[in-house]
Amino acid sequence: MIISVASGKGGTGKTTIATSLAISALEDVQLLDCDVEEPNAHIFIKPKIDSKESIGVLVPQIDANKCVLCGRCTRICAFNALAIIPNKILVFSELCHSCGACQYICPVKAINEVKKELGTIKIGQKNNIKFIQGELNIGEAIPIPIIKAVKEYIVANKLVIIDAPPGTSCPMIESTKNSDFCLLVTEPTPFGLSDLILTIEVLKKLKISYGVVINRAGLGDEKTEQYCQLNDIPILMKIPFQKEIALTYAKGIPIVEAFPEYKIIFRKVITDIMEIISRDSA
Amino acid sequence: MKQIVIISGKGGTGKTVITGAFAALVCNKIIVDCDVDAPDLYLLLNPKIKEKNVFKSGYLAVIDKNTCVKCRKCQKLCRFKAINDELIVDPIACEGCKFCYYLCPINAITLQEKISGEWFVSETKYGQFIHAKLGIAEANSGKLISLIRKEAIAIAENKQYDWVIMDGSPGVGCPVIACISNTNCAVVVTEPTLSGLHDADRVIQVARHFKVPVKVIINKYDLNNEMTITIEQYCIDNKISLVGKIPFDQTIVDSIVHKKTIMESSNMVLRGLIKQIWDNIIENI
Repeated sequence: MIISVASGKGGTGKTTIATSLAISALEDVQLLDCDVEEPNAHIFIKPKIDSKESIGVLVPQIDANKCVLCGRCTRICAFNALAIIPNKILVFSELCHSCGACQYICPVKAINEVKKELGTIKIGQKNNIKFIQGELNIGEAIPIPIIKAVKEYIVANKLVIIDAPPGTSCPMIESTKNSDFCLLVTEPTPFGLSDLILTIEVLKKLKISYGVVINRAGLGDEKTEQYCQLNDIPILMKIPFQKEIALTYAKGIPIVEAFPEYKIIFRKVITDIMEIISRDSA
Repeated sequence: MKQIVIISGKGGTGKTVITGAFAALVCNKIIVDCDVDAPDLYLLLNPKIKEKNVFKSGYLAVIDKNTCVKCRKCQKLCRFKAINDELIVDPIACEGCKFCYYLCPINAITLQEKISGEWFVSETKYGQFIHAKLGIAEANSGKLISLIRKEAIAIAENKQYDWVIMDGSPGVGCPVIACISNTNCAVVVTEPTLSGLHDADRVIQVARHFKVPVKVIINKYDLNNEMTITIEQYCIDNKISLVGKIPFDQTIVDSIVHKKTIMESSNMVLRGLIKQIWDNIIENI
């Protein structure tokens, strides 16, 4: 079972929820940090890292001796990653999507694809948690290949928890795609609600079932809860706004460790999700 | 004309609240919401849309079933696994690279221009505002950000505005790079948590990689004084100017709930603090 934890708006508590779910689980679990631009789950899990894998993409390299400066590669590239100047072809590798069109079209085979590192995957263990984290290198623009590589580690029939990045576009979609369930963490403010609605639209399009966690409950207004009730969206948990909880988060202490009574609540969230999934598939 | 962008690395640290306050405070400027994935600034500024435009992000390959001879060349060579066994293109997976279009030996593939969102030029009581909405499950937010920035700069030059003030998105990848490049200052809003500092540090490295000057604001600083001291030390060690510290204050939450900027609240201390922070930001840029 794959549960992804997403939010639309950043800073609503995705990492808090994802890490606490993993710690509370009674079985072995894989925790995937797919927020590869800003991975934070390691701060709370503190796993022992056993291995690393470098993740790269293929980008074109022009052999100047073979190149006849016909410019076909620059015209076929849909991403402006290649440009022609009077005596050479320039490659802007950060714009490249690695589609391979340029090397295919080159009439004189002057283009080789070479691996360029985009980031790293770290693999570790902590108690019942197999921890897999992707991290985008500084200055790189495209996180998708790293997210895909992290998800390659998914073992079928295991409980998998994915900490997804904020937003509603490609990184969030790639992270939540093929999940059995998506847990949406929101906060009770107009910002939280506006982004929650956008995220729900995305999940509907991806055909993924979802439920909501309201974090910092009591801080803002009632409209998020009303919205969920009106639209029959299950609210699986509410975490009140308390300075003590905020403080443990600040120090990198998981809520279930500072307040062990939450473990039972998180376990209940997992069983509730299982029920929803089996009901939906029935 | 100078460009200021508000970013954070970590989400939810207060970018939009602070940008909203600057919108209300600063004169002769244009405001841009560059967080096209999850835009929220419109909630505070209550814009009247004056001009609506579609965002054409690129192309989507479409295979004509009647012409196709099922050679599967396109399916084999598509690096994005966007073409399934029935030879139908998945519009979410297709990145619009056009490779299949060039490959097809019998021209059975056409390219459809993809509409991936909308962008708006609006009026607010605080002046002009450019914002956008990415379509549901659409990609290419970086391209949309570059487009609305270009538009904002053109308007600012034409109307001789002093400032382009931009609300950025979380993260360090393509949308962030699209909104910070060539700006005069990136203001990084962080919070006194381990995650806040970890993420601020990464986005500061990105800003420096692109040679953008950085200044820091610590928001909700009094939620964890110990961590605030750590961040202050980080700023000293990295020679970054700390332009202000904003306390956690229920009036800030209340103003969000009432969809107002904090400059409209009755909290004079807070308003004075925002003014001081802005003055610190524009010093020496």
